[in-house]
Amino acid sequence: MLLIPCPFCGPRDESEFHYAGEPKPRPAFAADDATWGAYLFDKANEKGPHRELWHHVGGCRRLFLMTRDTVTHRILETHAPGQHGEGQS
Amino acid sequence: MSQPRRLPSGGFIDRSKTLSFTFEGRRYEGHPGDSVASALLANGVRLVGRSFKYHRPRGLLAAGVEEPNAILDLQLGAHHDPNARATMVPLVEGLELTAVNASPSLRRDKRAIFDRFARYLPAGFYYKTFIRPKWETFEGTIRQAAGLGRNSATSDRRFYEQQGARCDLLVVGAGPAGIAAALAGAANGQSVWLVEQEALPGGQLLWRDEQVDGQPGHAWAKAAIERLRALPNVNVTVKLATQAAAYYDHNTLALTERLAAPAVGWGPERLWLVRAGRVVLATGALERPIAFPDNDRPGVMLAAAAATYLGRWGVLPGKHIVLLTNNDDGYASALLLHRAGAQVGIVDVRPQVDGALIKAAAVAGIDVLPGRALLGVEGEFSVTGVRIGAADTSDAKEKGQGFACDLVAVSGGWSPAAHLFSQSGGKLAWDAELACFRPARSAQEEVSVGAANGAFTLAAALVEGHAAGGGEGPAPVASQADPTYRAAPYWRLPVRGVRQWIDFQHDVTTKDVELAARESYVSVEHLKRYTTLGMATDQGKTANVVGLGVMGEETGRTPGEVGTTTFRPPYTPLTLGAIAGLNRDSRLQTRRYLPLHTAHLAAGAACRDYGLWYRPGCYPLAGESEAEAIQREVLAVRRNVGLMDGSSLGKIEVTGPDAAEFVNRLYYNELKTLKPGRLRYCLLLAEKGTVFDDGVVARMAPDRYLLSPSSSHTDGVMAMLEEWHEGEWPDLKVYFHNVTQAWATLAVSGPRAREVMAKLSTDIDLSDAALPHMALADGRVEGVAARIARVSFTGERSYEISVPTSHGAALWDHLLALGRFASITPYGIESLMTLRTEKGYILIGRDTDGVTLPQDLGVTGPLRNKTIDYVGRRSLFTPEARRDDRKQLIGLAAEDAASPLPNGAHLVERGPHNRLRSLGFVTSSFASPTLGRPVALALVERGRALVEAHARLELYHLGQRRFARAVEPCFYDPKGVRLNA
Repeated sequence: MLLIPCPFCGPRDESEFHYAGEPKPRPAFAADDATWGAYLFDKANEKGPHRELWHHVGGCRRLFLMTRDTVTHRILETHAPGQHGEGQS
Repeated sequence: MSQPRRLPSGGFIDRSKTLSFTFEGRRYEGHPGDSVASALLANGVRLVGRSFKYHRPRGLLAAGVEEPNAILDLQLGAHHDPNARATMVPLVEGLELTAVNASPSLRRDKRAIFDRFARYLPAGFYYKTFIRPKWETFEGTIRQAAGLGRNSATSDRRFYEQQGARCDLLVVGAGPAGIAAALAGAANGQSVWLVEQEALPGGQLLWRDEQVDGQPGHAWAKAAIERLRALPNVNVTVKLATQAAAYYDHNTLALTERLAAPAVGWGPERLWLVRAGRVVLATGALERPIAFPDNDRPGVMLAAAAATYLGRWGVLPGKHIVLLTNNDDGYASALLLHRAGAQVGIVDVRPQVDGALIKAAAVAGIDVLPGRALLGVEGEFSVTGVRIGAADTSDAKEKGQGFACDLVAVSGGWSPAAHLFSQSGGKLAWDAELACFRPARSAQEEVSVGAANGAFTLAAALVEGHAAGGGEGPAPVASQADPTYRAAPYWRLPVRGVRQWIDFQHDVTTKDVELAARESYVSVEHLKRYTTLGMATDQGKTANVVGLGVMGEETGRTPGEVGTTTFRPPYTPLTLGAIAGLNRDSRLQTRRYLPLHTAHLAAGAACRDYGLWYRPGCYPLAGESEAEAIQREVLAVRRNVGLMDGSSLGKIEVTGPDAAEFVNRLYYNELKTLKPGRLRYCLLLAEKGTVFDDGVVARMAPDRYLLSPSSSHTDGVMAMLEEWHEGEWPDLKVYFHNVTQAWATLAVSGPRAREVMAKLSTDIDLSDAALPHMALADGRVEGVAARIARVSFTGERSYEISVPTSHGAALWDHLLALGRFASITPYGIESLMTLRTEKGYILIGRDTDGVTLPQDLGVTGPLRNKTIDYVGRRSLFTPEARRDDRKQLIGLAAEDAASPLPNGAHLVERGPHNRLRSLGFVTSSFASPTLGRPVALALVERGRALVEAHARLELYHLGQRRFARAVEPCFYDPKGVRLNA
């Protein structure tokens, strides 16, 4: 079971969290169908460091960003999401 | 009763007390401290079971967790364990044991004949022998023949517990390495957990003749545990009889603690989840067997197991022992058995032998035959002799030289118990010198020490353990010079085409591995699945490495090149009770009860689980069936007035200066234009455009909205609000509050609802001018803060009254009393389902599925008119969303009124060769008492066009054919005049 360092609450068991997907830039409404489809369904699912959103539903109920190594499951970093769109960087 | 194999002294048992037990109906005696296995052995019981596939007679192979054969049915009073491992069950008074997989009796097992048909049962026989005429012809017989033990007739009512803990240092295994690590860790102030699978600490010190710090090893271990437990300044937990079963991410380990004698009311195990800063794996090593013909006969035992029964329990398993070895340590076991009075001869497969232990054996007068191996054994139910020949023979006809003996001890070398290490993600590497897989690279904060690391000598184990615990100063000292350990990779007699057992529990032999190699199942994963090697409940603890070695020989590879399969938890089986813990029965998923639950019971409610909620389906009168009650309740709402508890419906308040902007971006429908005091029915979409939830949204004030998500979606909608706010629009000033449980909501619905409401004492103006359909108002009802909304899920004029939860029951009673003149009738969720289906009101998740878009439901206004970029909007304009053959919601009018159309029935079209193709399916179907005929909703390809054409449709369900017309999905009052009636 992962020990996730919530940036607001500190380390907590994985069972308190929901995985909320990969942070991705949302294409504008004018984007073509292929771009929109890729946004919806294509996951990077990187081997190695992987950026993901987590939701602390069993705690502060805040959303945050986490970088997790999908090979070792080491958590390299967590931090609060910044302003709109920063999750894309 | 005497215990013929028990020695007068020695072992860690209490000879002053006697325990009696039965095995296969016969009474035996043992002593406190015995395991079931040691007690059976002390009584000279050799035959303990039948093998899984061939039903061959089997005896004890091992003395610990790795035992593959001695799986017994255990009964103690009311408690029953269908497949206990005899080596791990402490003997208690009154145990009743029986063998599994044998009938009518262990000696005369009728299925023993399977062994004669072995050539029809090779690896993969399911797919080869039993496919004609078809597998199902044989399945019943084979399934009945398979399996271990009988299931308990009653459910296990014992109370299983689960607990969590954390520590700086978790040491698995209280052998010399583990104890040294725990001592060192505790000495430098760490909080330490030390867990040991056996009931006694010491590991191999319990039976080896070795000393630590000048004391006998077992005494040193015992004293060390006492010292650890007595330490005043640090937090030290020592758990014996506790199995580290699993090693998960982030240094989380699952431990199963076997509780002392199964106390009534308590389960036999407690499950611990321990998270440790650092883990020391001192899990020891497992001795391997060597394969040779008939090496599975009772009386063929691992050499260290024989020495363990001797040292730990004072049982000498044989008097005339032939010991087969491929390594130096076999000699150590031989010396122990020899000193206890057995006559021992050593057969060593290595042509040249030399070393301290070999010399010691010679000095003791033990005969050693180098370069020889066992060609076979005599005896069926118990070994009576062996045949000895050249170790390198490949001639199946060679008979060898016969020797009489009553025990064959086998030492095929040691394998580190690296299971937990491997579960942690660590990588193993083949060590050719030690002929074993050793931990090579750790993946977590973990270190393997001692025999678990391939350090097979006592001195090395103590040094490694001490260092791993962060010890300062010298490690505990092994008093004797350690002999070196060398092993030859000799896995089997090199004779092909003869069954030599590798996996005892699953009856996998060298012949099966040879066959797998011939048929190209040479990958280790294929080998495992094709032969079932290592897939029994012992998970191949004694078998896997031998199997890999044989496969390597068959394919010209080293075991390291063959590789290992993935080790998965648990290391040893744990009970389902321990896994479930308290999460069983009604606690499996916590039921949510309506705040008025007792009032509903008083009203005669028939409650059921609906999603998370346990709530009234209907309220049957005395002598009335549920179907009759539903019909009566529906008619009461249509003709008079009904009362329903809608408290489970979600209530989420969205407040703040940007509340309007926020809900407008979120919902499919336009919400900025909604006037305060008004309601709007809205859809909430997922980002891929599909309908996620529906419900009424109220604007209570310019900066305050109240959402009503479906009962079972409230948590999901709440999470969605938070994720979109924090992840996408954190600049919007808005707050969410789930107030579902704060309010009880009662719906008064029906043509006479207005008359009932008129009797209510309230300051809210209930006139249609002030409170029209889809409006709400705040005020007081019977002196209590309340909100009244005109919203209807029945199609009739309805008032939803919300009051603080604590006043809900009083309001319920009050409304029942007020409405008596109009025969006000409580109605449940089943009746509501009929009412809303008559009206064509949908239920998300029932009348929609994972691909339904709003336009499929005919809700196209926002699609055409709402231009801001709300959630899911882009997805409504994809080619997929614009296909003209999408499934759309329609109504179905059955041609015959005999019974409702089956829920889930497929609407079909007939193609070439009369092949059916599904066009869609029935989603909601009920008998309508209002209309006197069945009504149904369906999702069907090109549904709108079918409705326009009033098409006749064929339905197919489980062989049954029905016909129905496509109609508008509203069967009653399509103009909605009754909402204001």
